[in-house]
Amino acid sequence: MPELTMVEAIRSALGDALAADERVMVLGQDVGVNGGVFRATEGLQERFGADRVVDMPLAEAVIVGSSVGLACSGLVPIPELQFLGFGSQAFHQIEGQVARYRFRSQGAYGMPMVIRAPFGGNVRTPELHSDSHEAKYANAPGLKVVMPATAYDAKGMLAEAIRDPDPVLFCEPLRGYRLIKDEVPDEDYTVALGRARVVREGSDLVIVAYSAAVVIAERAAEAAAAEGYSVGVLDLRSLVPLDVDALREAVGACGRAVVLHEGSLTAGFGAELVATIQEEAFWSLHAPIGRVAAPDAPYPPGTVEDRYVPSVERVVAAVRAAMEA
Amino acid sequence: MSTTEIDVVEPLRLLAPDGTLVDGAVAPLQSDALLDAWRAMVRSRTCDERCFSLQRQGRMGTFSPINGEEAAVIGSAWALDPARDWVVPAYRELPAMLRQGYRLSQALRYYRGDPAGSRIDPGVHVLPYQISLAAQLPHAVGLAWGLRHQGLDGVVMAYFGEGASSEGDAHEALNLAGVRRAPVVFVLKNNGWAISTPVRKQTAAVSFAARAAGYGVAGELVDGNDLFAVHDACSRAVARARAGEGPTLIEARTYRMGPHNTSDDPTRYVDAAELEERRALDPVARVRRYLTSEGLIDAESEERLVAELRAEFDAAVAEVEAAAQPGVDALFDHVYARAPERLERQRREVR
Repeated sequence: MPELTMVEAIRSALGDALAADERVMVLGQDVGVNGGVFRATEGLQERFGADRVVDMPLAEAVIVGSSVGLACSGLVPIPELQFLGFGSQAFHQIEGQVARYRFRSQGAYGMPMVIRAPFGGNVRTPELHSDSHEAKYANAPGLKVVMPATAYDAKGMLAEAIRDPDPVLFCEPLRGYRLIKDEVPDEDYTVALGRARVVREGSDLVIVAYSAAVVIAERAAEAAAAEGYSVGVLDLRSLVPLDVDALREAVGACGRAVVLHEGSLTAGFGAELVATIQEEAFWSLHAPIGRVAAPDAPYPPGTVEDRYVPSVERVVAAVRAAMEA
Repeated sequence: MSTTEIDVVEPLRLLAPDGTLVDGAVAPLQSDALLDAWRAMVRSRTCDERCFSLQRQGRMGTFSPINGEEAAVIGSAWALDPARDWVVPAYRELPAMLRQGYRLSQALRYYRGDPAGSRIDPGVHVLPYQISLAAQLPHAVGLAWGLRHQGLDGVVMAYFGEGASSEGDAHEALNLAGVRRAPVVFVLKNNGWAISTPVRKQTAAVSFAARAAGYGVAGELVDGNDLFAVHDACSRAVARARAGEGPTLIEARTYRMGPHNTSDDPTRYVDAAELEERRALDPVARVRRYLTSEGLIDAESEERLVAELRAEFDAAVAEVEAAAQPGVDALFDHVYARAPERLERQRREVR
């Protein structure tokens, strides 16, 4: 089986979807001739034409908002936000329109669209490019939020998201585009939304993470093992739907958990995870649940960003604290 | 052309306030179509009056009357072919929705706060009412683009007001419509007021239609209280859109003769003398004068029409009030096609 980087896996899924279903369209800034600023759509306009892989004006709200109309006309749009941080320019369309269009038309118009958006830090971008805003979208009923951590999942979950009749925000980790590389089948396949993945088993504690933070969690588990702790890692894969069963089982089996994400702490998705764990697995807990997240401060400029994004060391410290509690 | 010259452009007018055609004008609506439009105008007034009264009796929720904007809504919508063309409304376009096939009983359910009122029957070419101002305009452009992409010849008519024109979505939608030459007609109803905010506080420009040039799209300013002028301009815009000649922005200059909605008290901010002056330009009275002078209607036939439309309305109210009240499932149905288990669990807990 060939090894693909995450961005290659995403490109492969987009190509498969465009080839399989003529209703599928890709639209966004720079997605056509330029092949996307990260090359996620490279070669697609040549293969499928400028009518199906469409360069759009620099305007997030109408990239998403016109996708609503395209969907109402019977098409399956895949709009790209060049960076999730700029999704705020389209938030009213995503939260106020896309997410609730099925409800507000009482089933007449579903939104079978996938909004793709790179996000996340450590890549020395200017302001706003690195923000992790997933929690804002997880709080938008009607939307699904998918955050794969491997190239295999990125291809399979994107293929599934495109087939899903509900709207999906598909978040792609910037620093993982090329660093994350694993075996990806050539053929078309899907990975279900809402099924977490046990990355690593552990009998003392489980680190719950998603997207590129799964890599941090794995390294932290490895480092903790050197200190004698048996630490597992659960990759959520999607925030909505949330795999509550997997969360209950993982925490229930070991009684300790650390939740990890790159977004800031307060009202971050970790708060939802901690609340869910206490609802589902309170009586099996041996220690308070640890939370590792970015501080409640704006994403900083490059020279200090490595102190902002949760590090392996911070996660190991949280593991230690939970084990010594 | 200088900016000043654009500013002094007079709105297109075919039917004068006294109900006579202006020199050289030909009525763009004739015989059955004209009487159908007249009937829609009277029906709109009937709905306004009845809905207001139901709201005051606590039998209906918030309602925004159309009062004053009938020519703008009906003149435009009557330029469409409901079998292939689409209406993308804001929330004050009931006659346009009804012509497309949306049922009066659905509208009443919507105003009553019943989610089922938003259900759109298959084959009815409308998008749902839009409360978030101007958010429907990007949808209209995408819909028009999508129809064309699939080789269909439908045209989309999108409604918004001069207040909504200040929203970013209006700008982004007009810009994209121009870029894609989408078959969409933007009907900007300039009714003078965004709740209590007058036009002069909405824009420094004298004409909203003049914005069209900045987007590379056609623009036209019409007397929005003139059924014929609105219909004529919209028919030409629809024909251009259908022929692949791109979008048009039409400013229908009208006047909101009633409150913003049932919660609003315009006596706090509308000058009584101004309102009286504008009432003299009432779009319904203008068509009545024309039809009367043409011998097509008289007081007696109008009386019969009003009685018939009131009966139609009352029957729809009776149907809606007899219908089962929505249960808690209405909170959960249609949120997703494939709902997360978590939401289904919440449904079970609420039941």
